[in-house]
Amino acid sequence: MKNNWWKALAVVLLLYTAVAGLLVPVPRLAILNETIRNLYFHVPMWFGMTFILIASVIYSIRYLRNPTPELDIRSHEAARTGILMGCVGLATGSIWAKYTWGTWWTNDPKLNGAAIAMLIYGAYLVLRSSFTDEQQRARISAIYNIFAFATAMPLFYILPRLTDSLHPGAGGNPAFAKYDLDDNMRLVFYPAVIGWTLLAFWLAQVASRIALLKQKVYEKQLA
Amino acid sequence: MLLREIWYLIQKDFRLEWRQRAALSGMLLYVGSTVFVCYLSFALRGGELPVPAWNALFWIILLFTAVNAVAKGFLQESRGRLLYYYTLVQPQAVIMAKIVYNALLLLGLALAGFGLYAVVLGNPVQNMPLFLANVVLGAVGFASTLTLVSGIAAKATNSSTLMAVLGFPLMVPMLLLLIKVSKNALDGLEFDASRSSLLTLVALNLIVSAVSYLLFPFLWRS
Repeated sequence: MKNNWWKALAVVLLLYTAVAGLLVPVPRLAILNETIRNLYFHVPMWFGMTFILIASVIYSIRYLRNPTPELDIRSHEAARTGILMGCVGLATGSIWAKYTWGTWWTNDPKLNGAAIAMLIYGAYLVLRSSFTDEQQRARISAIYNIFAFATAMPLFYILPRLTDSLHPGAGGNPAFAKYDLDDNMRLVFYPAVIGWTLLAFWLAQVASRIALLKQKVYEKQLA
Repeated sequence: MLLREIWYLIQKDFRLEWRQRAALSGMLLYVGSTVFVCYLSFALRGGELPVPAWNALFWIILLFTAVNAVAKGFLQESRGRLLYYYTLVQPQAVIMAKIVYNALLLLGLALAGFGLYAVVLGNPVQNMPLFLANVVLGAVGFASTLTLVSGIAAKATNSSTLMAVLGFPLMVPMLLLLIKVSKNALDGLEFDASRSSLLTLVALNLIVSAVSYLLFPFLWRS
């Protein structure tokens, strides 16, 4: 129990996010109306994705310094969880865009950046599946993971800031900073970020445990 | 010591390229025929291309040329010869020399391609120094990103598909900035308008080269 308190915290925070996120009053803004509540579900996905991808890169670096199969599995599962979070983030954003912008997808730097970052990580999965030798697969996918992180992060955090965007938080649109001023929303948003991030780590942990067990069973069968 | 090794390796690469001129002329022909196919397909429309299309087409041609030209970097080296280098020089020298060599090669191909492209499809560039500086940054950027990718792809079984799958998304951030600066140069905007994009491009190039420098020693061991 001592090491699992954060899982309980994740459950509590996510329940709180779901209940308070749908019930606590929000500012009435034109066009956005109730869709502003998507802030609690869409934005934390990207926070969670960033943190879990950072964790994946750290595992990859540790793998290169000290190659063990466990670190490789942990890095792989963390990257997969990051991809899952990114896909959910794209989906929630797309649904939100349908109701506020009137279209599922639009040519916007933030949207395109996110989609391309998903492609970069999709290529990571393709790369992994094209090796037969396990050690080589682990080492080369760790190298690509670090390289991909270094090129994908500018897509999220640098390029969108250089261009105007339709996305909230840029180009004079009703901005993220403006919602932030609303204390009610802040009370739900920060716990939501922590909750979804913890959930990402939990997912990655469970997935790596399954993968490690599978590997153990496989080794036993061979023996 | 490292610089001297890099210098020798670059010389070696150029000498090898010069000796087997088939590859070099093949790449030049590749650029030339791509440009010509584009010209022929647009000639139906009356010849003149709108400026944004000119720009996009130019960078797409360069992108495909770059992937094809860099892909053979590590693929063409035989296993034995690579082992031989590794006994002689540091891995960092190998990757740096390859990046510099690929950058120079791509720059040559890009300039040749641009010359032909301007001849057949017209030259709407209004700010030439900015455009050329952008092409140089593009060549260096493509080379630094693709060199490590080609090293990774060379280790896998289906390397030519992998090269495109891994390379294209990684080059998008760079490509977006390049196309933007290039559009500014085409419209004849002042240098100040593209300063921040150019600085970001330089920074991206530095990040990618630094990461390649750090990661290549691990790639080489396998």
